[in-house]
Amino acid sequence: MCHVDGGNLRGVTSLVSVTYLDAIRSAQERALREDPRVFLYGQDIGRFGGAFKATKNLAEKFPGRVMDSPISEDAMVGMAVGAAMEGMRPIVEMQFADFSTVGLNQMLNHAATTYWRTGKPCPMVLRLPSGGTPGSGPFHSQSMEAIYCHYPGIVVMTPATVEDAYTMLLEAIEMADPVVFCEHKLLYYHLKSEALPESAVPAFRARVVRAGRDITCVTYSAMVHEAVVAAEELAEEGYEVEVVDLRTVKPLDTDTILASVARTGRLLAVGESWPWGGASAEVVARVASEGFELLDAPPKRLNAKDTPIPYHPNLWAAHRPTAVRIAAGLREVLRY
Amino acid sequence: MAIRVAGALESKPKKGFVDPIESLGRTMLRARVLEDKLGNLYRAGRIVGGVYLGKGQEALSGAGGLALRKGDIFAPLIRDMAGRLGFGEPMVDAVRAYLGSRLGPMKGRDGNIHRGDLSIGILPMISHLGAMVAAVAGGLMAKRMKGEKGRVGLTCAGDGATSTGSFHEGLNLAAVEKLPLVVVVADNGYAYSTSSEKQFACEDLVDRAKGYGLEGHGVDGTDPMACWKVLHHAVERARGGAGPQLVVGKLLRLCGHGEHDDGLYVEKKMRSSARGKDCVSVMEEEAKAKGRMQDWRNWKEHAVSEVEAAVRQVLEEPVPDPFEEDWCATLTAGTCEASQVS
Repeated sequence: MCHVDGGNLRGVTSLVSVTYLDAIRSAQERALREDPRVFLYGQDIGRFGGAFKATKNLAEKFPGRVMDSPISEDAMVGMAVGAAMEGMRPIVEMQFADFSTVGLNQMLNHAATTYWRTGKPCPMVLRLPSGGTPGSGPFHSQSMEAIYCHYPGIVVMTPATVEDAYTMLLEAIEMADPVVFCEHKLLYYHLKSEALPESAVPAFRARVVRAGRDITCVTYSAMVHEAVVAAEELAEEGYEVEVVDLRTVKPLDTDTILASVARTGRLLAVGESWPWGGASAEVVARVASEGFELLDAPPKRLNAKDTPIPYHPNLWAAHRPTAVRIAAGLREVLRY
Repeated sequence: MAIRVAGALESKPKKGFVDPIESLGRTMLRARVLEDKLGNLYRAGRIVGGVYLGKGQEALSGAGGLALRKGDIFAPLIRDMAGRLGFGEPMVDAVRAYLGSRLGPMKGRDGNIHRGDLSIGILPMISHLGAMVAAVAGGLMAKRMKGEKGRVGLTCAGDGATSTGSFHEGLNLAAVEKLPLVVVVADNGYAYSTSSEKQFACEDLVDRAKGYGLEGHGVDGTDPMACWKVLHHAVERARGGAGPQLVVGKLLRLCGHGEHDDGLYVEKKMRSSARGKDCVSVMEEEAKAKGRMQDWRNWKEHAVSEVEAAVRQVLEEPVPDPFEEDWCATLTAGTCEASQVS
């Protein structure tokens, strides 16, 4: 657990607002400044500052520690594994989460197995610019957390807020285990906070975003904001929806989920990723097997449609869960 | 260390001089005797899982391991018993990995050729071919960032591994970063049962070095003295700042892919060709020609007792206990999923 003071972020705290992307850049800057083991590796992240500018100005501030890589996702992750074994703390930026499939082998079979096989840690962070944005289509929109969660040996984080983007990335960098850090691209520029946080929610704990007594909506990443809008819509109809933000999907904070379901008796699990397997399926499975007596209705889940992610905004809007679809899903469970 | 090769051996040994016949010869013998024993233990049902031997590849592998120093990184592949022993892996740890001893570096959680010991710079290979190239490159980049100078990384591959995307990506990354990396390809003509003509279309794999911007070295993998010379040269080139080196040794594996495989797909004419020579016999002839046969016999005898002692010791060691095992794949407090999912 890191202690966040935000005090040494000169030039950032004076901004009127801090975006989710600023938080990610600031966390990396702070880690580079405070920990000589930290270095950044990725495509176009050096002088160019990265495709999304998550490393803007960092190469200049930390010479030799923010490095451009060739377009070789497998070798990028493999390089980080070797560097981590040598005691460094690499942060690898994938240009888009989707391209991390090319580096999956190094992450899942190499990084993730190292501690179990050798007893020695493999501390590294794989940053994944994740999720859909309008017009991004099948190969620049994916949410990859389910695949990484399936393999043992990895922590998978999915921050939904500016505060979590900052504090959780710092935690990820400090951690002895490999971490997949799923950042949502839709939140990069639009999600703002007044300042960087000075404290953090305890690591690996889910957060009750909005308290409610009628139904629990468990979700994470950008879907948290859609769920909150849906909850507001249902409040007008007289239903109080409890929204739980998982923050970290693996390990899964089953206790917080079950405590919420104990209060509400109903569950809708929402994820932007595809339906088959994954975080929302795991939530439903655990509640069904460990909290069966708490339920007043069958637990349900809502995910994207089981097709590649469409290009046109009309199709994309219907493909992923939105506040409207989440509200409909909540009503369905409430009506049972 | 000066590179001394055959011809200079009759002269009185000088300080710092390493006699390749003794150094490489003994390493090859230790590997061969140990692997013969492991094959026997497998056939006797004492080893579960696969046994993958490096018979016929001891010269190339051993020369690579011996050319390295303490503090270097070594990432062997499946036929590198000689390289491992040459680099300094304790023989008993090799046996422990095969017999699943709880006292071994992998504690029975992984076995056979997938062993390694990060505390002495041996990376435990994963089975996915080519993957170790980038990992060694990463280790070397870390050493560079930490200011550790004069370190070399060496990893081994077969002709089959050269077909993977991982091998290409890793080699290209190492070349771009001008890392002190040596990649040793043992081109033994077959990747499992698939012959080279279905594996690659270039005349010689060493020709690829130019395309990557690397220095390439071809060597007859059945000739121990040539392997010694070329590997020492390549390692010293890398250590001196000349960037990554690609060494391609042509040879034949004198066993199956694993001990479960009779290797009958290897063509007869290939077996009887110069490529099919046994490098251990070639080294024995070399020792004989230098009047070192008594030494050779002593080395062999010593290897036999070392192997017998290691096996005897490990057979008495504890094996893993599923009830005492720590079933957590992560290290950070609060991240263990095993306790949550029944």
